[in-house]
Amino acid sequence: MSGTYVAASSVEDVLHAMADGARPVAGGTDLVVGARSGKAPLPEALVAIHRVADLRGVSERDGGLVLGALVTHADLADSAVVRERFTALADASAIVGSHATRNAGTIGGNVMNASPAMETGGPLICFGAVATLRSASGSREVAVGDLFTGPGQTVASPDELLTEVVVPAQAAGTGSCYVRLEYRRQMEIAIVGATAVVTLDGGAVSDARIAITALAPTIHRVAEAEQALAGTDGGDVAVRAAGDAAAQASQPISDVRGSADYRRAMAAVITRRAVTAALVRARGEDVPIPASPALHGAT
Amino acid sequence: MRYDATLHVNGMAYPVEIEPGRSLLSVLRTEVGLTGAKEGCDDSECGACMVLMDGEPVNSCSYLALQADGREIVTIEGLAGADGSLHPLQQAFLDQGGVQCGFCTPGMLISAKALLDRNPRPSEEEIRLALSGNLCRCTGYSGIVRAVQSAAEQLA
Repeated sequence: MSGTYVAASSVEDVLHAMADGARPVAGGTDLVVGARSGKAPLPEALVAIHRVADLRGVSERDGGLVLGALVTHADLADSAVVRERFTALADASAIVGSHATRNAGTIGGNVMNASPAMETGGPLICFGAVATLRSASGSREVAVGDLFTGPGQTVASPDELLTEVVVPAQAAGTGSCYVRLEYRRQMEIAIVGATAVVTLDGGAVSDARIAITALAPTIHRVAEAEQALAGTDGGDVAVRAAGDAAAQASQPISDVRGSADYRRAMAAVITRRAVTAALVRARGEDVPIPASPALHGAT
Repeated sequence: MRYDATLHVNGMAYPVEIEPGRSLLSVLRTEVGLTGAKEGCDDSECGACMVLMDGEPVNSCSYLALQADGREIVTIEGLAGADGSLHPLQQAFLDQGGVQCGFCTPGMLISAKALLDRNPRPSEEEIRLALSGNLCRCTGYSGIVRAVQSAAEQLA
């Protein structure tokens, strides 16, 4: 049972507590659940950040998004601008846990928990999102793609708080999608996941960003899959090549949810689904959010 | 170390003195004395512990009680009227065979209440989605879905 607790009311309060060794808690959906299951005990000193108004809210800036650390998955899944222009992030947020998880779980916690199976990581990386890490002694910006160093590990030092995630504007003609392989609709952890963010210019793919989830120690982009798609018409041959490249780049583990061989085989399928749906959306056509259940059975 | 907090549950204020690691569920059941919310998995998977916090369902087993200080909590005990008359959802669960062993029922009702508060005329698919964070191991889902449909019709 943990020792001390303080409910901070400002970012400065949080940073001071963290400088003294406290660890932040927001929705508790990873920290408290992890303690209950015996994964890691609750930190000895806790600083609760749920009341810090400056860490709340989805706002728009220069065509992009500023997400406070306390933005919940429900906020993201419900946000009109996220659904319209950063659709992969809505796909991902809408399938985290259950309604109860999405109401409590935050983007700051999700990112800093650094699970290789987290839903929002792939979309944030592909959109080029940047996290602001603050401590009592300063502030720095780290691309979400450079944040993860291993399962549950990030480049952040223990006294640094993720305060916001900035998602830059995407080019006109961009469509995006996050898809996971799931055995059930809710309270699921991705067996395999894939994100695709594609930009179409005159019918050709002018830019493609593809990331794989739950297929390596960290979520990461796959340059070979992106190259297989860029410059093409986004037809079946290119989509298949992108899927194959994603499978090739994966280093999956075998666990209770699936064998490494199965995960590698499914990496190709799930990547194809994500790319195909992103292309459909880039053409201005509709794929329901979240995409994963809508695409069940797609090749 | 223990800290003072005031939990506002079903419209009543409960001052409590608790350790930081205590879950909202354990404090509701032990200090507040409301045992309607259940400990199923204690791992945020099953939804038996679900309560409304500021109107939104959360799993109270994985929420720190101290963080609920000052928030409005509604548990299953808060659904019935002051005179003890059942909420239409509760009555519909009984009428439509939505209760078997009853262990998941409090969480199911909390999810159903949150759904109908937000969407008074949900489709069957919307009901199933809204209840998909609540596990019924008796697998009595058809009766539960029927009960929510029936309550929605009565409340509309």
